[in-house]
Amino acid sequence: MSQDLNPIEHLWGILKRKVEECKVSNIHQLHDVVMEEWKRTPVATCEALVNSMPKGCCLPKRSPRLDRYITLVKAYKMSMELDVFVGNTTIMDMDVYQLWLDGLTVSDAVKVRMDEGALLECEANAEVLTSDTMDQFRTFQMCERLLHSPTKVGSQLLYQIPAQHQRILIERYYEFDSVFAREVLGKKLSKGTKKDLDDISCKTGITLKSCRRQFDNFKRVFKVVEELKGPLVENIQRHFLLSDTLARDYAAIVFFANSRFETGKRKLQYLSFQDFAFCAGQLISYWTIGAVDSMMEDMDVDLEKEFLHELKDLKVLVYDKDMLDQHKILVCAALRGKIKVYKLMEANFKNLSRALINLASKLTHTKDVRDLFIDLVEKFIEPCRYDRWTVAEITLFLTHYTNAAHCLGTFRHQMIWDRYMGVIKSCILQMYHE
Amino acid sequence: MPGKLKAKIVAGRHLPVMDRASDLTDAFVEVKFGNTTFKTDVYPKSLNPQWNSEWFKFEVDDEDLQDEPLQITVLDHDTYSANDAIGKVYIDIDPLLSSEAATVISGWFPIYDTIHGIRGEINVLVKVDLFNDLNRFRQSSCGVKFFCTTSIPRCYRAALVHGFVEELVVNEDPEYQWIDRIRTPRASNEARQRLISLMSGELQRKIGLKVLEMGGNAVVGYLQCFDLEGESGLVVRAIGTACTLDKLIPGTASNTTTQPNTAPASNACNSPSKESKEPVFSEDPPHPLSVPPTPLRTLPSSSSSPPPFSSSKPCSRQSSSSDTDLSLTPKMGMGSGGSVGKEAGPLKTLLRQQAQSALEQREFPFFTLTCFPPGFLVHIGGVVSARSVKLLDRIHNPDEPETRDAWWEEIRQEIKSHAKALGCHAVVGYSESTTICEEVCILSASGTAAMLNPRFMREGCLDAGGSDHRLSRQPPLGVVGSERGEGEVSSAWLGFDDASPPSCGFCHIPYDEFNMPFPAQLTYCYHCRRQKVPDVLFTTIDLPVEAAVTGKGCLIQARLCRTKKKSQGEVNATAISNLLPFMEYELHTQLMNKLKLRSMNALFGLRIQISVGENMLLGLASATGVYLSALPAPGGIQIAGKTPSDLSYDQHISTMQKRINDTIAMNKELYNIHPLKLFTLDPEAFTGLNTECIEEVVGSPIPDRQRSRLFRSTSESSDELSELDLSHGKKDAFVLDIDDTDAVEDIQSLLTDAPMPAGFYSCNTEVMPGIYNWTSGLQMFTSVRVYRLSNANLTNQGLNKIFTDLCENLLKSLYFKLRSMIPCCLCHLNFTVAVPEEELIQVAVTAVAMSFEKETQLAADKALTRGSGENEEQLQFSMELCGESTSSNNQPTAKPSGVPESAMIHSSSRDRCSTWLELLRLKAHTIRRGSVKTSRRTQSLANSVSSSERCSPLPDVRSRSLRSTRSLPCGAPVIVVKMTPLSFLPRTRIIKYLGIINMFFIRETTSLREEGGVSGFLHSFIAEVFAMVRAHVAALGGNAVVSYSMKECVFMENPNKNQAQCLINVSGDAVVFVRESDQEAIPPLMTSGQASTTGADGTT
Repeated sequence: MSQDLNPIEHLWGILKRKVEECKVSNIHQLHDVVMEEWKRTPVATCEALVNSMPKGCCLPKRSPRLDRYITLVKAYKMSMELDVFVGNTTIMDMDVYQLWLDGLTVSDAVKVRMDEGALLECEANAEVLTSDTMDQFRTFQMCERLLHSPTKVGSQLLYQIPAQHQRILIERYYEFDSVFAREVLGKKLSKGTKKDLDDISCKTGITLKSCRRQFDNFKRVFKVVEELKGPLVENIQRHFLLSDTLARDYAAIVFFANSRFETGKRKLQYLSFQDFAFCAGQLISYWTIGAVDSMMEDMDVDLEKEFLHELKDLKVLVYDKDMLDQHKILVCAALRGKIKVYKLMEANFKNLSRALINLASKLTHTKDVRDLFIDLVEKFIEPCRYDRWTVAEITLFLTHYTNAAHCLGTFRHQMIWDRYMGVIKSCILQMYHE
Repeated sequence: MPGKLKAKIVAGRHLPVMDRASDLTDAFVEVKFGNTTFKTDVYPKSLNPQWNSEWFKFEVDDEDLQDEPLQITVLDHDTYSANDAIGKVYIDIDPLLSSEAATVISGWFPIYDTIHGIRGEINVLVKVDLFNDLNRFRQSSCGVKFFCTTSIPRCYRAALVHGFVEELVVNEDPEYQWIDRIRTPRASNEARQRLISLMSGELQRKIGLKVLEMGGNAVVGYLQCFDLEGESGLVVRAIGTACTLDKLIPGTASNTTTQPNTAPASNACNSPSKESKEPVFSEDPPHPLSVPPTPLRTLPSSSSSPPPFSSSKPCSRQSSSSDTDLSLTPKMGMGSGGSVGKEAGPLKTLLRQQAQSALEQREFPFFTLTCFPPGFLVHIGGVVSARSVKLLDRIHNPDEPETRDAWWEEIRQEIKSHAKALGCHAVVGYSESTTICEEVCILSASGTAAMLNPRFMREGCLDAGGSDHRLSRQPPLGVVGSERGEGEVSSAWLGFDDASPPSCGFCHIPYDEFNMPFPAQLTYCYHCRRQKVPDVLFTTIDLPVEAAVTGKGCLIQARLCRTKKKSQGEVNATAISNLLPFMEYELHTQLMNKLKLRSMNALFGLRIQISVGENMLLGLASATGVYLSALPAPGGIQIAGKTPSDLSYDQHISTMQKRINDTIAMNKELYNIHPLKLFTLDPEAFTGLNTECIEEVVGSPIPDRQRSRLFRSTSESSDELSELDLSHGKKDAFVLDIDDTDAVEDIQSLLTDAPMPAGFYSCNTEVMPGIYNWTSGLQMFTSVRVYRLSNANLTNQGLNKIFTDLCENLLKSLYFKLRSMIPCCLCHLNFTVAVPEEELIQVAVTAVAMSFEKETQLAADKALTRGSGENEEQLQFSMELCGESTSSNNQPTAKPSGVPESAMIHSSSRDRCSTWLELLRLKAHTIRRGSVKTSRRTQSLANSVSSSERCSPLPDVRSRSLRSTRSLPCGAPVIVVKMTPLSFLPRTRIIKYLGIINMFFIRETTSLREEGGVSGFLHSFIAEVFAMVRAHVAALGGNAVVSYSMKECVFMENPNKNQAQCLINVSGDAVVFVRESDQEAIPPLMTSGQASTTGADGTT
């Protein structure tokens, strides 16, 4: 068995080096020094050595002495029946909090902290670190109930937590991994999905515990704001005391979950959570009832039915041949010489226009609403990408495409058109990755 | 009908869901006082009910008001089945009965259930209308103030200190009643909680009556304890110090300097009228004589008057003084204390007689105080303690208090006689405790024998000004202290002050040096050089403010485990009482070794706890070690091997010796112990110093020791000077014999006490000497650990190791936890050990971490060093002036620190002394100047800190309230309540005491695993207890708890049944504080408190 494979050899090595540092002249001294150094060697070192073994490497030759040492330490830990620390002001280590949020087990968290050099602080040893980590984890666990309804955190009496800590606690608890959010985006936040969390956890590398927390957060926020009147973002902020950006992200998640947009198709895989969140923001701001009517009467979780219905009227732009041609001429006039893909654009104009208008006219059906993003990608973004449009070119095109419609004498749906194209344009730009 | 109690139930919030079907609760409230019960309406289907009830009025005797708590029960209304209890709130009415304390109780209280813990909160308003009752034979003692604080509370001054009060009440423990077999755990727990609440109310009332009888109006240092004796009953007992307190008008506090020499005559004249009312003092014949000593003090010209100490005969023990040896073990035969008076000078006799007569008529001249105004404490004798082992099943009438009264009486008598043997007439820092295991009960009492200034017993001088003074002085104290010490030293030299200077006076022995009650090495005081001091001093009190201390202090602990055979009854009791003296001796030895290892010479706040279990005894002694400048420098520790054998063995020994020496040197550095050899200025000291100073510089102690031995042997021949040489350095190294392997182990263990991590200090007293620039940042905490001994047949040695590791690891964990507060000091570290079950060791610790400012600390240090540097230059300069006598071989030895001075001094002749004196004054000046600078800086820092602190919550509050305006149930933010085991909060001024907080809780669970195991269970319980304490304080209008302590934490578990139970008793003083920088401005927290309560009202 090679030396590398036996952890005790490493330990002997460490010990030897240390003993050599203290120059000894006789056996008693050596005895003293060795005993001292052996005692001083932190358990952490031993554990780290053992853990550093390649996985699956069985350790038949592990020194019985090291084994005994480790079992002694373990026995020590086992025999610590109870170990609590309670401060008048609840002490919370935000680094440990993050580890807890990430769903690490206590021993994993201890390892991470050790790697980060926690042992260097305050002459700590592995026991101290374990005790501290366990204690912190317990504290967080006990606070978790409160964090489920963040408004209680401020008024509860059980834990005296400084206000700025309260805010961080809540904010961090509700923060989520965008990779994870991307996975569940648009899915129904129900129990069935919860079972899929195992798969998501495998896929994303986020611990199951953390996945559960994030999923439960989504569900909780969804449940609370679903039926509430008033602006979505503000509702979330008020009931969960989140920061503006985080509240907006949650609004997007709630919005997607409510409308059940399709986001899982392979063609959509390239889109990140941020892309969708942006689109959701656009949709919420311009296409919901709350967008036109600032009265707190209705919520902005749903798209405005009336508006979607009116979108049908846009069909004239495609089905009226004159209008289509005129529209094309106007757009081409504006873009001539300004974009490299002019030729292609000119050839494809009808198709592109038809894609956008058809999309609009179909939105009365719930299913088509769900497919909004996949349609955008398939019908518009992919052809453009195929033709190697740049973002700047698309911007120009869409701007002029929108503006040109205003110049059409017979077109009467300017308001609807602007409301529709404004959102579509910004969504396309966000979703168009070169 | 002497009182009307009014209560109003306003609202509830965060109630638990009691109706699973609707996820809501139909809550109503029962308000009960005595036998009267009122109910509110049911507020249907809400977790945030708004009852807004009428005022429920109870017309009751004030006796009941004192005994009974107001009991509020929140229930869930059920139409078909019995109403379910949600939880209860007990409100102690006592704070409302004193005119100076709170006037209304108003706020949110956690609703507590003994099975489920806190379940929501309830907003309650309580008021009391008291009618004056002039009945002389009344049974109530309304208006007597109680303080847990063991010093005169800030913002009060003690007109009189009457002395010891004690009381004890007994009842049958509901847990052991037959009915307990059929009732639910909840009912049983509630019966117990209620009973204890009633008993402590009764106890407090009875003590109050005693105080009124004595003519006092307050109890300070009130210590109440429970003894859960099991079958034989439940005992609640309390001790305290009765005082007459006058409230200080804010502002005048700082002016009333409590120097002992304030107008003695006028006070003496004023008092008689008062005294006539008070039997204690009217019977005091030598009173008129008390005047003489004081004038002496005030008239500087009277240096010629009776005892001119310049002659300083060895017999100059006119002020007797302190002890050395811990009188722990009753071994010190407690011989004749009577001989003390015989030879003493007239003044001393006078003083003694007075004091004795003032105190001796009292049955027990005990004081539970641990902190005294300057001048109160004359001399300290040493620690006195007594223990006795009793069998609980031998009590004839378990329900009557007589037997227990007799037990305590016995122990107190013993303490008193111990104190007498030490030549002291009083015991200060007195406390009592018990430990019970099955039917065996060990009663312990301990305190510090002391001589007190009789004036304080008579007329108003025990001034809170003193303690206030100390507080205000704190930031720049390092300097002020030295400055003061300086002044006193010089005045002592001038010989016009008969009393010993306060900075060292308390160290002087009170007993007769030729008739010592125990062997001790006496030397002349290093501060004043005029009286004898012991080589070490152990006390149970806090470090006197005026004490001159070198360097910093640190926590010193001795830990010991002793196994014993399991047995029953008398055999068991005998075995235990046989073990006790050995344990005490061993603890004492450990303390002594550790003290030497840290190069310190005095212990303060010594607390020895012995805890008994079925098969073992645990001993834990904690104290704060310091280096008192007045006491001789401790010698090192010398290991003596057995017979000299082979060379390598010797080397082995010498390695160990070397390690010990290294540790000592390291500790000196760590605690900044570099004594300045001011004493060498004493002309008489010059003679013996030659060799010594050089020795000091040489590092290795062994040759040193030999040399000093030589020195001693020579000096022993000359009698007069023999005292002086003793004063020196390493002369009396403490010899440890290694005669067996155990001893080697002991030494090893001695060295295993890990040093504190950088930036940390620790002590178990009120203040840490050497740290003065506290910030307002503090963190009170409680930590509990239970260790299960896995191996059934453990040896003493193995147990000791486990126990030591347990304590050490606990400390390490604390340091790690609190690392964000660095630089900080853990103050008032209070350890309690227990053996809850056969194989369990429980250690609980409550303390406060207080951070201090490093920069100012450094600056202060710099200022000091600079000061001393200048001083050195000046010294050298003057030496040049004085010319030739500087011998050449002294020059090279002149290194920084105190050494050069002494080296140079030895050459100087006596007549130059005055020059030195002046130089020293100069030095004092420079130091003082430095201090002013630093203190100012501190001040500004404090301002910025406090202002930022004040600012930060405000916008926060605003933003939250903005949000919450939208119909959310969360009201105003919770008031921050600080908690500390100390009697003060740094950087703040306590402006009002709102009454004592004394709470008892039981928590039980039958779903231990679900609550996160034992740790989860206890963690949430302690957090709940904190929350309830904070809520009660906030409801009284306070913003802090001082002198907080957790006096009981009894934890029992049965993991197999998934059950656990815990009892916790906490106490403290609710106060209102303002930040020092705010001065007389309206306390910000008060206003916010009011705002919040009105806000709460508004929501209703």
